[in-house]
Amino acid sequence: MAIDKATVLRISRLARIHLAEGEIDTVAKELNGIIQWVEQLKEVDTESIEPMTSVVEIELPKREDIPDDVANQKELLSNSPSTEDGFFVVPKVVE
Amino acid sequence: MNKLTDLTIARALSGLKSKEFSAIELTKAYISSAEASRELNIYVEETFDIALQRATLSDKKLKSGDAGSLEGIPVAVKDLFCTRGIHSAACSKVLNGFKPPYESAVTEKLWDSGAILIGKANMDEFAMGSSNTTSYYGSVTNPWSPKGAGKKLVPGGSSGGSAAAVSARAALAATGTDTGGSIRQPASFCGVVGLKPTYGRCSRWGIIAFASSLDQAGPITRTVEDAALMLNVMAGYDPKDSTSVNKPVPNYALNLNQGVKGLRVGIPGEYQMDGMSPEIKQLWDKGIEWFKNGGAEVKDISLPHTKYALPTYYIVAPAEASSNLARYDGVRFGLRKSGDDLQDMYSKSRAEGFGEEVKRRVLIGTYVLSAGYYDAYYLQAQRVRTRIAEDFKQAFSNVDVILTPTAPSAAFEVGANMDDPISMYLNDIFTVPASLAGLPGISVPAGLSSEGLPLGLQIIGEPFNEHNVLTSGKFIETAANFDSLPQYIGG
Amino acid sequence: MSYIIQGETGDFELVIGLEVHAQVSSKAKLFSGAPTDFGAEPNTQVSFIDAGMPGMLPVINELAVEQAVRTGLALNAQINLTSIFDRKNYFYPDLPCGYQISQYLDPIVGEGVVEIDLKDGSSRSIGIERLHLEMDAGKSIHDLRPNVTHVDLNRSGIALMEIVSKPDMRSPEEAGLYVRKLRTILRYVGSCDGNMEQGSMRCDVNVSVRRPGEEYGTRCEIKNVNSVRFVMRAIEYESQRQVNIIEGGNKVDQETRLFDSQKGETRPMRSKEEAHDYRYFPDPDLLPLKFEQSWVDNIKTSLPELPDSLKSRFIKQYGISSYDSGVLVGEQDSAIYFESVANGRDGKLAANWVTGELFGALNKAGLDISSTPVSAVQLGGLIDRISDGTLSGRLAKEVFELMFESGRNADEIIEEKGLKQVTDEQAILDIIDKVFSLNPDKVEEYQSGKVKLMGWFVGQVMQASQGKANPAAVNKVLKEKLTD
Repeated sequence: MAIDKATVLRISRLARIHLAEGEIDTVAKELNGIIQWVEQLKEVDTESIEPMTSVVEIELPKREDIPDDVANQKELLSNSPSTEDGFFVVPKVVE
Repeated sequence: MNKLTDLTIARALSGLKSKEFSAIELTKAYISSAEASRELNIYVEETFDIALQRATLSDKKLKSGDAGSLEGIPVAVKDLFCTRGIHSAACSKVLNGFKPPYESAVTEKLWDSGAILIGKANMDEFAMGSSNTTSYYGSVTNPWSPKGAGKKLVPGGSSGGSAAAVSARAALAATGTDTGGSIRQPASFCGVVGLKPTYGRCSRWGIIAFASSLDQAGPITRTVEDAALMLNVMAGYDPKDSTSVNKPVPNYALNLNQGVKGLRVGIPGEYQMDGMSPEIKQLWDKGIEWFKNGGAEVKDISLPHTKYALPTYYIVAPAEASSNLARYDGVRFGLRKSGDDLQDMYSKSRAEGFGEEVKRRVLIGTYVLSAGYYDAYYLQAQRVRTRIAEDFKQAFSNVDVILTPTAPSAAFEVGANMDDPISMYLNDIFTVPASLAGLPGISVPAGLSSEGLPLGLQIIGEPFNEHNVLTSGKFIETAANFDSLPQYIGG
Repeated sequence: MSYIIQGETGDFELVIGLEVHAQVSSKAKLFSGAPTDFGAEPNTQVSFIDAGMPGMLPVINELAVEQAVRTGLALNAQINLTSIFDRKNYFYPDLPCGYQISQYLDPIVGEGVVEIDLKDGSSRSIGIERLHLEMDAGKSIHDLRPNVTHVDLNRSGIALMEIVSKPDMRSPEEAGLYVRKLRTILRYVGSCDGNMEQGSMRCDVNVSVRRPGEEYGTRCEIKNVNSVRFVMRAIEYESQRQVNIIEGGNKVDQETRLFDSQKGETRPMRSKEEAHDYRYFPDPDLLPLKFEQSWVDNIKTSLPELPDSLKSRFIKQYGISSYDSGVLVGEQDSAIYFESVANGRDGKLAANWVTGELFGALNKAGLDISSTPVSAVQLGGLIDRISDGTLSGRLAKEVFELMFESGRNADEIIEEKGLKQVTDEQAILDIIDKVFSLNPDKVEEYQSGKVKLMGWFVGQVMQASQGKANPAAVNKVLKEKLTD
């Protein structure tokens, strides 16, 4: 399966990573190289093999329904580049 | 060379206890050493003032008999661990300036036991790399270099700064994380001990996530005993981490010298790769000889799916990373570049904030999870992973530990392996399989290359049997009697 | 009886499916210990986990799991003993991690069914496809200032149950009834308060049209409709819109739309073009959710009596109509109230009083049954006074009004106001004699054949007795006296 320019653009859009025009070919080449290399996994017979869900063999731990973990508003907002009146602020989303 | 910086943790603890020296003196010695080794670019954030404050506190505790198990021990902490109020950026531009309002579970345990933070150690960006050449803050130089050749070598990665710190005596010990070999491989390149515990042994809470099903915190130290002492503190159940295992933490430092008589040691045929460096092969053979002489039962084993481990890893890890790194969007923290609209802001911030290798892996990860490709790549990789884990399980029905080289070569030059990402990935060839299976592994310096560079041997053990891993590691340490020092500190 | 849109080129049927997002009633969020209170100051109910801070990890709330199972059982659905949490990946400012933890291929609850009772008295079964747990996103506010969006993460991470119906509904009425029934069931088991104004329950409505006998048409999804009325109106508008498109010779585009309640129209949403590639994969921070059948069975025994079975039991046990029973079980509190009143009394009488006088008074006062000023015991007491003849029906209504205003018992009021019904024949005779003596002409008219005057006489006696005379006794004695 080849990763062409259109695919690179689609993936970069999905991943929200802007690629400059000049980068796209290089990225396509590198990604293709990696994908070709991992193609060899198709050789492995995995019929009736379950995909690994977790390396640890334990039950999913649960927590009690107790509201005991809330961040201080100031701390929560402290690392943000833009806040106002207790909100995070971002450029307008077109709905 | 300052004598205090030669000490191991074990020796330093007894020295502090018997008042040979104070915690302040010990810390000051490491601070000087850290300052003197700035050109190696080990620390991305120095915390010398905090260190001195804590050392003062440690001295008080030592006096009042309240000392913790690592009281007064100066450590370097990989920039991947969140340390409250202190720079924690995973060595990425996207997190440059981030000061978390919380402390990671593992480092909290270290501070509770009296350890002292010298600084945040350099690393490959977001733990993605085997050379510490992808950091936003510049590469780390390995304290080892071939004599007189004037070459700068990589310390390995991703925990390059941590390994270099211990090797250059700029810290007494360090924390690292290992996802595909990121503790073991740099330990091998820097001639120090690096331990990756069983997945689930240490808490991941507060460690900036790269690949959730693989990441594991572990110690980098000068000796195996020191690694055990660090693990005693770092390990333990954390209810805030759903993948943390609730098993008691034994005293890992007990009976390390018990030797290997009767121990069954497996030698996997598939790790003998075509074109394997003769030096590496020689070292491996020597290791086998040591174990035989020690009374161990050395057997050939087969791990049939070994060759698929790297490609499996390079699907699973990037996939998880592509999702884990989606939160770096400039909204609540981190780099924000302005854009035409919101989505444009995301794309520009991330394009500028992430380095090349991180971008590559996020894009591959996005691709293998995307519609139409999920079954062929991600699902298939997870199935192969099950096979790899089964291989180990099968092998461990006949052996207790597995002995392999840690890395396919000694440390290479900065700038090498950069043309093709895959050639860099091949550095992890011996370490990745154990990561995929969640098994504990240790790298112990076992010999020198023809250029005088350290080479490590790896021991892989069964889940939660760090004891076997540590005692085998100790055995190698004793047999190898590796006492060479890096050229940087006069070796 | 089916709902048909009569187009110019023929008839069209509707196919409707609903996805309801119901906020789980719990004190803490699905994967963190942050509180879930409504209406707090922005970003004050957020844990670092909900904010997607670096290094944070999810831990599941055991109550949320239990609530999902309770709900599944109440929907007669299959409970899956193993289920998986998946990450649904997309970028939006109110989704801090860049992914939502949800369930994709292996949800906690499978197929079930909900019964709805239509206006015409018939019943229909609406299939449930599945129910899964997922975390809610935060809130994006677009209109505080131009050019920017404000983000509040209080809601981020709250536990939601997404309940997906099969596309079994065929009319706006059915859809409305389904939502109401679902809401009732959720409130009965206590897993969601069903408060649509506050957003505890939101509906995504899938609408398509087709000519009878044809395959399914292209459907459009109308997102985040937050009232039953709007659900029905949105379906009316959307189905007509689609019919118009088809009759115009065009194809309906698959779209995601919003309902504009001001205009009563649906319009397309613009931001979801790449929403289709969510790259679902099992969340590696969580393990598969597993539990034992015995735990599920235990929960089943702890469920309250559910509306459907309550309804048939009331009909059987208390002899009330299907309609009345349906009204009474609409809220669990009403059903409990009714049963307390009806116990040991005339069921029909109890039903009339509860659904008639009580509900009427509550509606007028803007109260719901949980804040009724007249308790079930008190209403029962009033009904006893009717049954034992102390009060006429009319008098009882007066007493009830006073009880509603003051919160006092019937007996107290009857005593104080001297409202006891007069049944004593002698007392009635005295009143009748007085009326006769004041109206001798009318007596003569009656006796010469104007029997219609009986009604007038009854009225006069009732008036003279200030309504206290027992009408039956008045009639009897009057007749006797007039025919003398």
